[in-house]
Amino acid sequence: MKSSVITFPGSNCDRDMDVALRKFGFKNKMVWHSDAELPKSDLVVLPGGFSYGDYLRCGSMASKSKIMQSVINFANSGGMVMGICNGFQILVETGLVPGVLLRNKYLEFICKNVFVKIKNKKNTYFENIDTDVLEFHIAHNEGNYFCTRDQLKEIEDNEQVAINYCDKNGNIEEQFNPNGSIKNIAGIFNKEKNVLGMMPHPERMIDNYLSGEDGSLFFSNLISNLK
Amino acid sequence: MIVNEQLAIDHGLKKDEYVKICELLKRTPNITELGIFSAMWNEHCSYKSSRLHLKKLPTKGKKVIQGPGENAGIIDIEDNDAIVFKIESHNHPSFIEPYQGAATGVGGIMRDVFTMGARPIANLNSIHFGSPQNKKTKNLLRGVVHGIGGYGNCMGVPTIAGQTSFDSSYNGNILVNAMTLGLVKKDKIFYSKAAGLNKPVIYVGSKTGRDGIHGASMASASFDDKIEEKKPTVQVGDPFTEKLLLEACLELMAGDSIIAIQDMGAAGLTSSSIEMASKGKLGIEINLNKVPCRETKMTPYEIMLSESQERMLIVLENGKEEQAKKIFDKWNLDFAVIGKTTNTKKIQLYFDEAKVADIPVNTLVENSPMYDRKWKKSKLPKKNKIKKEDLKNFKIIDVLKKVLSDPNICSKEWIWQQYDHTVMGDTIQKPGGDAGVVRVHGTNKAVATTVDSSAIYCWAHPLTGGKQVVCESFRNLISVGAKPIAITNCLNFGSPENEENMGEFVECVQGIGEASDYLKFPVVSGNVSFYNQTKNEGVKPTPAIGGVGLIKDYKKMISMDFKEVNNIVMVIGKTEGHLDQSLFARSVLDEKSGPPPEINLFNEKNNGETLLKLIENNLIKSAHDVSLGGIITAVSKMCIKGNLGINLNKPKYLINEMEYFFAEDQGRYIIEVSKKDLKKVTDILNKNAVHYDELGIINENELYIDQKTKVAIDVLKSSNTKWLSEYMSK
Repeated sequence: MKSSVITFPGSNCDRDMDVALRKFGFKNKMVWHSDAELPKSDLVVLPGGFSYGDYLRCGSMASKSKIMQSVINFANSGGMVMGICNGFQILVETGLVPGVLLRNKYLEFICKNVFVKIKNKKNTYFENIDTDVLEFHIAHNEGNYFCTRDQLKEIEDNEQVAINYCDKNGNIEEQFNPNGSIKNIAGIFNKEKNVLGMMPHPERMIDNYLSGEDGSLFFSNLISNLK
Repeated sequence: MIVNEQLAIDHGLKKDEYVKICELLKRTPNITELGIFSAMWNEHCSYKSSRLHLKKLPTKGKKVIQGPGENAGIIDIEDNDAIVFKIESHNHPSFIEPYQGAATGVGGIMRDVFTMGARPIANLNSIHFGSPQNKKTKNLLRGVVHGIGGYGNCMGVPTIAGQTSFDSSYNGNILVNAMTLGLVKKDKIFYSKAAGLNKPVIYVGSKTGRDGIHGASMASASFDDKIEEKKPTVQVGDPFTEKLLLEACLELMAGDSIIAIQDMGAAGLTSSSIEMASKGKLGIEINLNKVPCRETKMTPYEIMLSESQERMLIVLENGKEEQAKKIFDKWNLDFAVIGKTTNTKKIQLYFDEAKVADIPVNTLVENSPMYDRKWKKSKLPKKNKIKKEDLKNFKIIDVLKKVLSDPNICSKEWIWQQYDHTVMGDTIQKPGGDAGVVRVHGTNKAVATTVDSSAIYCWAHPLTGGKQVVCESFRNLISVGAKPIAITNCLNFGSPENEENMGEFVECVQGIGEASDYLKFPVVSGNVSFYNQTKNEGVKPTPAIGGVGLIKDYKKMISMDFKEVNNIVMVIGKTEGHLDQSLFARSVLDEKSGPPPEINLFNEKNNGETLLKLIENNLIKSAHDVSLGGIITAVSKMCIKGNLGINLNKPKYLINEMEYFFAEDQGRYIIEVSKKDLKKVTDILNKNAVHYDELGIINENELYIDQKTKVAIDVLKSSNTKWLSEYMSK
């Protein structure tokens, strides 16, 4: 399987994602933001970081970079595109997934492990994962997902919610919401479910010595679904 | 502008220093030259009060590749890998403007590391605030933490360890020390020594603005009521540009075009150009019209003294300019050829076709003032006589809860959760343990690092305190299974012109020197910050020690959380019951006099090395050094981290229970051992003449003392974790 990770100025999880994808068997290429064309890919990843310093709205500058037109075309033709953290913020800015990401409710950067419940498994990202709750890791300042009431209805009607923050038993309650996201939303799909944006970093959970192993579960499942 | 003695004094120079400048130049300096002298001769850049004493520190060792004098120290971690590291203070700016002050402190120390060719792999910080009751403390703490996070998180470098303390002596002068470790190949290290004539001098990075002019001079002055007026001397950080600068520099460094490289830190273009010329015994000529400026009509004086961040000065090989420029263009950074190296041994500046400065380099560096300041020797305070009857009135569990929730002991999770500590995917020991640990990417090796200080001990007796901090650093590294290699120090003191403060400095440095010499734990880099005082009242002497050690096989790393029920818990090292200056004495008994615990360097070395042997033989399940709060605090933290309890035995020997459990005798570790290994462990301890006591056995969830008194671990956990987050949310 071939993957591409886009490096924007200020991306800082691009190498980590490269390491993770290779570990689980992807042939990964790093793609520079000012390139015009994507290499042939089965998966495109927009990594975490602070693209353009996040000095304007997070992700807004990166969403206008040259490579993004090619990423948008790829997504619109059904290609798999995953945005993690800052990548999620970029996806929101392109409009590939609905909603916005606001500053965390308690106005502080949060770096810790969280539990998320998989809401929808009828898609290439989560199909065949034999657990409902994953332990993931978050590290962000602007992960407070928000959308209008109408958008929320549409998102729910189309089963676009991918994962929600929860406790280790899968209870989705406000007290397990780290950043104030509406309905504890941690990740969402586009309507077609080929585009996934999420705040947690599965690439930081890929061996026992790091924060945990659930990222390994996610990536090995993803590559086997893609095959 | 007319340059005279008064103007020199306004620049922070002393009368006789101004006279010396005129003598050296054989004329009166012009305003730009006066600015340059004041920047180079202030305490922060010249180390004029400290040089004499710093010379005595042990700086050499088998593993030392580069000692003090460069941008950072470098140690060998085998297989052609090396670690570049240094700690630096940003105290004064952080008190005036906590967010930017702390942020640029982090940015500055990272530049010191990557200017040597190393990719930063870990950040640490040591931050000290006034009493929690002081009305400024909360906002300063919040601002500093946001600033450290804001910069480090954006750079994508994990912040993996740190230290926070509260003491009223920091009410008017907080301390913010930032430390960075970088990884470099031994054969790809870059230095600041210029070489060769007519080599292009290149400016890269951000544009120069009016921010931070005279920052280094501000950092060399004491605070008074007018401190708010100094806000414009605080630099403003731009971590995004620094991230680009890091990537661009590393890309350029992969080739062979760089002769020398130096970041523009304190005193900006002035100190960087002079340093490069001085080390290379060359001259440098700069056309200031070529310097990329952010604001219009900047004068030579302003350009030379600006402390705008995220800038570097490079001496390139001839003919490599175009190739280098391409890299900086790719990263959208300024790139300008601003001058060349010369054989004049002078710093010569031109602006609008006129020569605006012409100073022999040696007058600024070798001829800079050096003072043998007067200092006062301190006496070892008399031991307190704490009455045993007084101790009987305390209930041990109540005291324990109080100690665990003390601001200086409680969990600092509220702070480190705001730092990205997992980015780069190699953090295998997070903040909150004895030391942070990151793997050397793609290898079996890991690097452990810690930053420590014990201002209370240093204040009570500077010589002992100085030794203690080095020992504590040594112990923290050993507790995670790392072999200690070297240290960096950040020496935060009051005024060197005050005999008592200077005495504290001299004796702390002596203590640091003795311990690091004995433990073969040399000082490879560091920084001195004087004038940490407000209205003539200095802070408690606070040398912060940053230690680095190597774990050859990261699978052998040890953490402090208890692992398994029925395992045996022991304490290594002798408990004498020293309560003076302990947290128990100060916070519970309100007794603030007496000497700090004694340091026995033989025991420190022997106990530590023996524990490393045990770890090497896979005989240790968890370990933690005993520090503030004594044995019971250390054991409680291990219970909390591991979600397990312990049945503690009553001490066998004849000291009071309170003394046994809360004493802060040095050189001790708590270790967890499985029953089947007990004999092997005690054999090794006996063979090496290491004292040990069996403390008890791990249980599921309660702390029992002598089968009588008990408390649930959850209760201790809430005592330990709540204080800081509640304080910050009030």
